[in-house]
Amino acid sequence: MLQWIFLIGLLALLASAYKIGTGTALGRASATGERLHSLPGYYGAYTVLWAAFPALVLIAIWAILQGGLIEGIIVSELPEKLRVLPENELGLVMNDVRNIAAGAFGTGDDVDPAVKAAAMHLRSLEDMSSWAMLAAALAAAAAGLFLARKRLEPEFRARNQVERIVMWFLMGSSTIAILTTVGIVLSLLFEAWRFFEQIPPLDFLFGLEWSPQTAIRDDQVGSSGAFGAIPVFAGTMLISLLAMMVAAPIGLFAAIYMAEYASPRFRAIVKPVLEILAGIPTVVYGFFAALTMAPFFREMGDLLGFDVASQSALAAGVVMGVMIIPFVSSLSDDVITAVPRSLREGSYGLGATKSETIRKVIIPAALPGIVGSLLLAVSRAIGETMIVVMAAGLSANLTGNPFEAVTTVTVQIVTLLVGDQEFDSAKTLAAFALGLVLFFVTLILNVIALHVVRKYREQYD
Amino acid sequence: MSAVTKEQAAATDTTAPVSALPKMKGRKVCVHYGEKQALFDVDIDILDKQVTALIGPSGCGKSTFLRCLNRMNDVVDICRVSGDVTLDDGDIYDSKVDVVHLRARVGMVFQKPNPFPKTIFENIAYGPRIHGLAKDKTTLEETVEKSLRRAGLWEEVKDRLDQPGTGLSGGQQQRLCIARAIAVEPEVILMDEPCSALDPIATATIEDLIHELRENFTIAIVTHSMQQAARVSQKTAFFHLGKLIEYGDTEQIFTNPKQEKTQGYITGRFG
Ligand SMILES: Nc1ncnc2c1ncn2[C@@H]1O[C@H](COP(=O)(O)OP(=O)(O)OP(=O)(O)O)[C@@H](O)[C@H]1O
Ligand SMILES: [Mg+2]
Repeated sequence: MLQWIFLIGLLALLASAYKIGTGTALGRASATGERLHSLPGYYGAYTVLWAAFPALVLIAIWAILQGGLIEGIIVSELPEKLRVLPENELGLVMNDVRNIAAGAFGTGDDVDPAVKAAAMHLRSLEDMSSWAMLAAALAAAAAGLFLARKRLEPEFRARNQVERIVMWFLMGSSTIAILTTVGIVLSLLFEAWRFFEQIPPLDFLFGLEWSPQTAIRDDQVGSSGAFGAIPVFAGTMLISLLAMMVAAPIGLFAAIYMAEYASPRFRAIVKPVLEILAGIPTVVYGFFAALTMAPFFREMGDLLGFDVASQSALAAGVVMGVMIIPFVSSLSDDVITAVPRSLREGSYGLGATKSETIRKVIIPAALPGIVGSLLLAVSRAIGETMIVVMAAGLSANLTGNPFEAVTTVTVQIVTLLVGDQEFDSAKTLAAFALGLVLFFVTLILNVIALHVVRKYREQYD
Repeated sequence: MSAVTKEQAAATDTTAPVSALPKMKGRKVCVHYGEKQALFDVDIDILDKQVTALIGPSGCGKSTFLRCLNRMNDVVDICRVSGDVTLDDGDIYDSKVDVVHLRARVGMVFQKPNPFPKTIFENIAYGPRIHGLAKDKTTLEETVEKSLRRAGLWEEVKDRLDQPGTGLSGGQQQRLCIARAIAVEPEVILMDEPCSALDPIATATIEDLIHELRENFTIAIVTHSMQQAARVSQKTAFFHLGKLIEYGDTEQIFTNPKQEKTQGYITGRFG
């Protein structure tokens, strides 16, 4: 409870820092009769930043270090017989200690008194630590405030200083974003490495059979596990191809209509509506595909004498295509409208019709941007999971026939990881290997898209 | 007003044949951009096989008027045009008129160079291709070469016809656009400041081209250079704030303007 008051005090201190900073700067300026270098608000902001920054950094570091330190103390105080236990048993004991300290289960008689004592100690240490942390934060804030206040002379360039602090702050944010990505990639690499220690990479990349069920016990009948990723990637390609066959023409033509023919009013209504399509959760598309489209295609197939499975790549692909239409149309529409009017006029001025102008001038000029939007849609299609789970099935058939059930990389990753899994079996680790390959495929697509889009910028003017 | 000036023109213009008939006529042409009126009741004749220069301070409506002559203002959503504009005595704003065909007859060179993001060759070949003017590849190549030569660009680009037109310098782009326009062989050519980015030598080439084109084509040219207007045109129209102030023989406008505003503009006292 009192900790809350501390926190509120800290916030109040930060708030008043602004007033203090502004007031101090103004006061000193009028005392010496000099002009302030910056607007008074900048002195206030400078003071606030200096009060807040050390306190926040301190809290962050404290929170990171506290757990390990306290546990170290507790372990070192455990009686001899517990301390010499092997590492995993010691871990169990520490779990007990932690649970008791958090009040998770009672302090019954069956508990070792030593453990109980350790728990009490842990609790008091944690209490103390959080108190100390808040006090230290408060002190740091006050110190920062004091130091900053000392510098608030009229000729002090608060504006430039605030600018620099803002820059550091922004730099920190982008660093976090980059580091997170790097971390994810590294963990993918690491887990995939463990997978490739069990399964040779060539077998994985070029194997034709995918059935990741491995026998858990030796006496179990069942598969030994086959980790050839070709059928899975073929499924992804097939479904993405089907999706693009739907999305590319429809999206592109819709974009051309909206950019070139539609009246501004129509455009103002239809464009947002089309973009809503992109906001529908993919689960909804998924059951639309499974419950509406798949039976529809099956009946169509019966009528025309095709044998369409109840779960087919076709249903998933078509619905996925509908899902990514907005990506194609919205982006293409933007790049088409970005083609300068002078180019259109140049073409009209030579006596070209509207569709000639679109075909021969506008589309070629906007082509790199359009390609970029298509590639973006492809990466969307490759990454899509939900629709495929629901409509295309789980069986890893190596087939190019859209009427059959197939499976995709993302779906396999999901099925490999749901449920209780051991984290060192090849089956689970296969998910990371799939993820890694998928990551590289989309990465390459994105790089191409970026490259193409950048080139597009140089096209006119 | 135009009737009077036409008679005077015939009386004073020594270079123009007396028989020059109006190829295009504008009567009471008004243009609005949204609420804002940009042209007020403009009456002008563009004489057949003559060069008509449009001069006036920036923003006075020269480009706007020029764009009325091939209905290029249709492309601008907020633009409304009223009054009559005729080509060979046919109303070009009539609903039966095929705008595409009209623009093939009345070609245009724009104020800002706007080469297509295609190769130099394709830029020129664009017009002849869509109108089916070239029977085969060799005639097309001949047309391209001839157009580029007339625009004075051939020597500079003959070795790199397959490179993008957007990679040329500003002045080269302007000549490319001129070549592109004449490749279609329109009857009337509208030129909006075709020499604004050109050095004196290239300007002289274009002026020679205009002289040469005058034998077969009718030309309307917007220019900010008084000397150029005096050199190339037979008729001059002076615009100010959206109104046609004075229209007459070039010689008369530059030596003996009737309106005080014209006098002020050509002697450089305002504008
Ligand atoms: N697309 C447009 N939308 C709105 N107003 C326009 C548009 N085009 C031109 N105008 C207005 O019409 C008036 C005449 O413009 P115009 O381009 O015809 O001038 P100009 O005589 O060609 O000038 P300059 O010599 O600078 O090229 C200007 O006031 C301009 O602001
Ligand atoms: Mg202009």
